[in-house]
Amino acid sequence: MDAYARALRRVALHRDEAAFAELFQYFAPRIRAWLIKTGCAAAQADEVMQDAMTLVWRKARLYDPARAGAATWIFTIVRNRHIDLIRKQRRPEPEDLPWAASESPDPEATVAVTQDSAALRAAIARLPQRQRDVIARAYFADLSHSEIAEVMNLPLGTIKSRIRLGLERLRHELSARQ
Amino acid sequence: MTDLPLIRHHIPDTVLAAYAAGSLDEAFALVVACHLSLCDTCRATVAAVEATGGALLEDTTPAPLPPGALDAMLARLRAEPDDAVDDMLEDPALAAKPAPIALPASPTDTAFPAPLGAYAAASAETVRWRSVGGGVRQAVLPCAGRAKARLLYIPAGTEMPDHSHRGMEMTMVLQGAFSDEVDRFTFGDVEMGDEDLHHTPVAEAGRDCICLAATDAPLRFRGWLPRLAQPFIGI
Ligand SMILES: [Zn+2]
Ligand SMILES: [Zn+2]
Repeated sequence: MDAYARALRRVALHRDEAAFAELFQYFAPRIRAWLIKTGCAAAQADEVMQDAMTLVWRKARLYDPARAGAATWIFTIVRNRHIDLIRKQRRPEPEDLPWAASESPDPEATVAVTQDSAALRAAIARLPQRQRDVIARAYFADLSHSEIAEVMNLPLGTIKSRIRLGLERLRHELSARQ
Repeated sequence: MTDLPLIRHHIPDTVLAAYAAGSLDEAFALVVACHLSLCDTCRATVAAVEATGGALLEDTTPAPLPPGALDAMLARLRAEPDDAVDDMLEDPALAAKPAPIALPASPTDTAFPAPLGAYAAASAETVRWRSVGGGVRQAVLPCAGRAKARLLYIPAGTEMPDHSHRGMEMTMVLQGAFSDEVDRFTFGDVEMGDEDLHHTPVAEAGRDCICLAATDAPLRFRGWLPRLAQPFIGI
């Protein structure tokens, strides 16, 4: 479990303000910057960010570190607030709460998620800046089907192969250790 | 809960990516959410795009907040009622999510995937159907954005008017099955239509077919009769 996943657990279990402050100082300026980069005016970006961080505080109990990294969970909250406040649409979610927290997170799965997130971040960091910008542009944007295909086709291929490579490397490392 | 259905027609990665990234119109997002309720394969792709969103968020160069932003935030949180359970019920995104329902276990069970519950369509019985002629019924679902979503009830053995598309069409089978020039589609399958697809879907004999369909542009009919009726039924 990374530092921010631990902070989320502390918020969930103890309503720990210091842990929340840690999350806020790391994520709030990044959420604000991302929203502005994807086309929000500064005032809108602040509103979405503040709402999202309020939901992080309220919903921390729903976070399951065995299912996703802290940044991924917070990203989905920002995304849903953006759809609600900026796109003014509802967000249909699949059956079975995607982030339903188990009482005690599975430690093995938690380790896997943490390693996965780190590998994915490293893979994305190695992409050329131009390609990273193309991926980021496809988030939150109001695009037609053909525009989505144009923007997402290449990056998604990259993402999926990177994830596959990351998983294969992890599996290799694990079997080498046995 | 019964086992997941055997799905042969999945949603293209680009559409799943748009859903995960938050850039898909509500009508299409509804079809995706219904399919994800039945399909682990497509869920994995959505999770990959969400994880990428998390990674991109972490790697964004921070935009500094004004001094006092944290204190203002904490003051706001202290003013919040501190009961996570009540908050969850008040939160529309969570409150709109009905309790998980069992998938159709028998051929007469017509419960729909849970996301449809928020659109006043938990099962075929609760839908307010309107006849559009030829035994076919429809119910338009309230969705914001350009794209429209509707439920279609097509009696077994009925042929839909042949048509082509001006934009994107997503059709998910909720009951029964249909076939067209492309393939056969059964419970949980999604057929994608675009400018290149011209088809005549036929509901299979035996059981009436119910589909969830989303389109972002009116269909193009070949026959004169459906063309005449089009302004009235709004397809
Ligand atoms: Zn699928
Ligand atoms: Zn069609």
